[in-house]
Amino acid sequence: MAALMGVRTAAACLLQSQSCGVWRGLGTSAAVLQKQAQAESPKAEGVFPVTMIPGDGVGPELMHSVKEVFKVAGVPVQFDEHHLSEVQNMASEEILDKVFESMKKSKVALIGKIHTPMEYKGELASYDMRLRRKLDLFANVVHVNSLPGYKTRHNNLNLVIIREQTEGEYSSLEHESAKGVIECLKIITRAKSQRIAKFAFDFATKTGRSKVTAVHKANIMKLGDGLFLRCCEEVSELYPKIKFDTMIIDNCCMQLVQNPYQFDVLVMPNLYGNIIDNLAAGLVGGAGVVPGESYSAEYAVFEMGARHPFAQAVGRNIANPTAMLLSSANMLRHLNLEYHSSMISDAVRKVIKVGKVRTQDMGGYSTTSDFVKSVIDHLHPHYGI
Amino acid sequence: MPGLASWKAGPHKTVFWEPLARFRPNPRVAWISFFHSTPPLPPSPLQGDLKMAVSVALGTARHLWRPALLAPRSVQALKDSNRRNVASPPPAKYGGRHTVTMIPGDGIGPELMLHVKEVFRHACVPVDFEEVLVSSAASEEDMKNALMAIRRNRVALKGNIETNHNLPPSHKSRNNILRTNLDLFANVIHCKSLPGVATRHQDIDILIIRENTEGEYSNLEHESVSGVVESLKIITRVKSLRIAEYAFKLAHEAGRKKVTAVHKANIMKLGDGLFLQCCKDVAAGYPNITFESMIVDNTTMQLVSRPQQFDVMVMPNLYGNIVNNVCAGLVGGPGLVPGANYGRNYAVFETATRNTGKSIAGKNIANPTATLLAGCMMLDHLKLHNYASVIRKAVLASMDDPVTHTLDIGGQGTTSEAVQSILKHIKKTDLGLMQ
Repeated sequence: MAALMGVRTAAACLLQSQSCGVWRGLGTSAAVLQKQAQAESPKAEGVFPVTMIPGDGVGPELMHSVKEVFKVAGVPVQFDEHHLSEVQNMASEEILDKVFESMKKSKVALIGKIHTPMEYKGELASYDMRLRRKLDLFANVVHVNSLPGYKTRHNNLNLVIIREQTEGEYSSLEHESAKGVIECLKIITRAKSQRIAKFAFDFATKTGRSKVTAVHKANIMKLGDGLFLRCCEEVSELYPKIKFDTMIIDNCCMQLVQNPYQFDVLVMPNLYGNIIDNLAAGLVGGAGVVPGESYSAEYAVFEMGARHPFAQAVGRNIANPTAMLLSSANMLRHLNLEYHSSMISDAVRKVIKVGKVRTQDMGGYSTTSDFVKSVIDHLHPHYGI
Repeated sequence: MPGLASWKAGPHKTVFWEPLARFRPNPRVAWISFFHSTPPLPPSPLQGDLKMAVSVALGTARHLWRPALLAPRSVQALKDSNRRNVASPPPAKYGGRHTVTMIPGDGIGPELMLHVKEVFRHACVPVDFEEVLVSSAASEEDMKNALMAIRRNRVALKGNIETNHNLPPSHKSRNNILRTNLDLFANVIHCKSLPGVATRHQDIDILIIRENTEGEYSNLEHESVSGVVESLKIITRVKSLRIAEYAFKLAHEAGRKKVTAVHKANIMKLGDGLFLQCCKDVAAGYPNITFESMIVDNTTMQLVSRPQQFDVMVMPNLYGNIVNNVCAGLVGGPGLVPGANYGRNYAVFETATRNTGKSIAGKNIANPTATLLAGCMMLDHLKLHNYASVIRKAVLASMDDPVTHTLDIGGQGTTSEAVQSILKHIKKTDLGLMQ
């Protein structure tokens, strides 16, 4: 009976594969593996739809790595791919609408960095920002976690950076009030500050963390950042078991490079979050190894922790897929696919711990495809026997 | 910090972001107390004027004394009270996943909660539980934590906490503290005959709405003269109107035809009379729904002789307690019927009869149906209707098989057998498409 069910699911999967580019060329071995994986997972049938935006730079290459690993791991996920890019003339309202429609169905997405060119062409808000606003992805979470086996200046780091990412300096409100005088508006609202503060404390509660630090610059921006700080204080009263602390942004940067172990969860407005995300990613090995995720009430988007297109690496097969693979594993956990999630993240961690296969940014000589192949080899303990 | 003060205060104080609570003037702010000492302010009916006056005062204060905007938080709080909905915090829902407080309670609570988690995991329900342990032996501190956990998640699934009645009267029922503090005014239970369970009466489908926060449960008792104890039963117009309005609205939304108010106004002419009058007043606004009233003693008799005549029932606290238990008994007992407590902001789900089940705890013979169905009601409240119906269908379908019936409905099955059979039914549905 079980074998029959397995054949049925495999057949169904192959049937779907014809309509979807992701699964094209799926061999029989993968189908057999899929059966094996499903026998062990609590979820027997059904395929989860996930929206995918490969983005610019090395994004498409990284997505390809994810797809390969998913194929072998037999993950019951079907990607709905959309190409949205400002530099490749692939950005338009229609594509944005299509992405939105797709997200309405899937609720979950895996995306690469959508590059924002610096020159001003009459539109202040980039497509990256517009997507975020359209989906109301207010909370960005970057979990900075040292990878065992990979030595950096600070080891055993484990901190979470939570960033508000729909208002603040990113409100796209700039104007020239008098000739030669430009005003950029930084918006801080009570509702959104309260929302991000509550998110941070809820996150801390859920993941069993003990301290939340609000990062601000209320000594200079007394009203704006002051409001943010006050909202954090108010919300902290709801969580008596979690310690609440505040720190000024400049000092926070210094403390992070000097003694990052004092931090647990950090919550901050938009621009500070951007800077701290990158700084903290640098502490544990750079943009290639830190996964990130963004949440709204409805949607969850999984991406890189430090978002860079890394355009100089395009086509050279040297990009580090670690961050994207870990991010996809987080996505699977979000979809309740615990089994597949830990299978993939364990494999990635094992490859890094062994240390034989490493990409250039981690001081190795391996290519992206070598790394992916090594991850695949580590997926199943019994694989290849 | 005024917010914190409102936490520590008694049961009737509310959270800092509830607009009415925010409006409470804070004597610590200099110019407000100045305001108070000048002309005697009009009481509540003219609160609008007061609000306006305060906002005007605030406007001038801001111009004259700009740093004031920064210093006391209550100034900001007052300003927000002029706008509506601004201060309401978002529920704990991120990326489509909810966080829900789980209070396992005493007796069979903890084991049944484990089964709920297991079933939710198999159905891929996007809900995470934050467990808060409160038992009858827990300290005030634990209770406060539980309340706060519900306040931040807004929704809770709860087993019953045992109340020891040998303790001094100052020790109140923790379940009651929870309901009154969160102002969960409406207790709703739906008694419906289950197809697989043999009972004396068939085709029962009654919706019972019970006022949950006042009446006999007001915790006001005293010995006025030695040997004479007075228990106060409180009935207020505001709360009676609120529960009646809730009952009729629910009846209207559920497409029900008749609402029956249960009372004892022949004896308690003023107290229950007020309740009845409030129900009549509200009924006038719903011409499509028949309104009836029935005295509580007669109601119980009618319930056990001809329960099919009832549709929706609304009643004060203690009568609700009794009628809930009678109805749950009619459809098969305490292990089958779920219950919900709704307030304006919060909702707590539990079994209808709120039994602790101490005698059958730890024996793997408790009926998981009521708790699982309470979980379904919770999912419906979170608007996860698909998941709710998958689990509900699985629970009902597994009732068809008498092998898995537990002891309380005349079977020999164990709790885990019943849960396994439910999981088997869940597995048959395709979950990937529900996203």
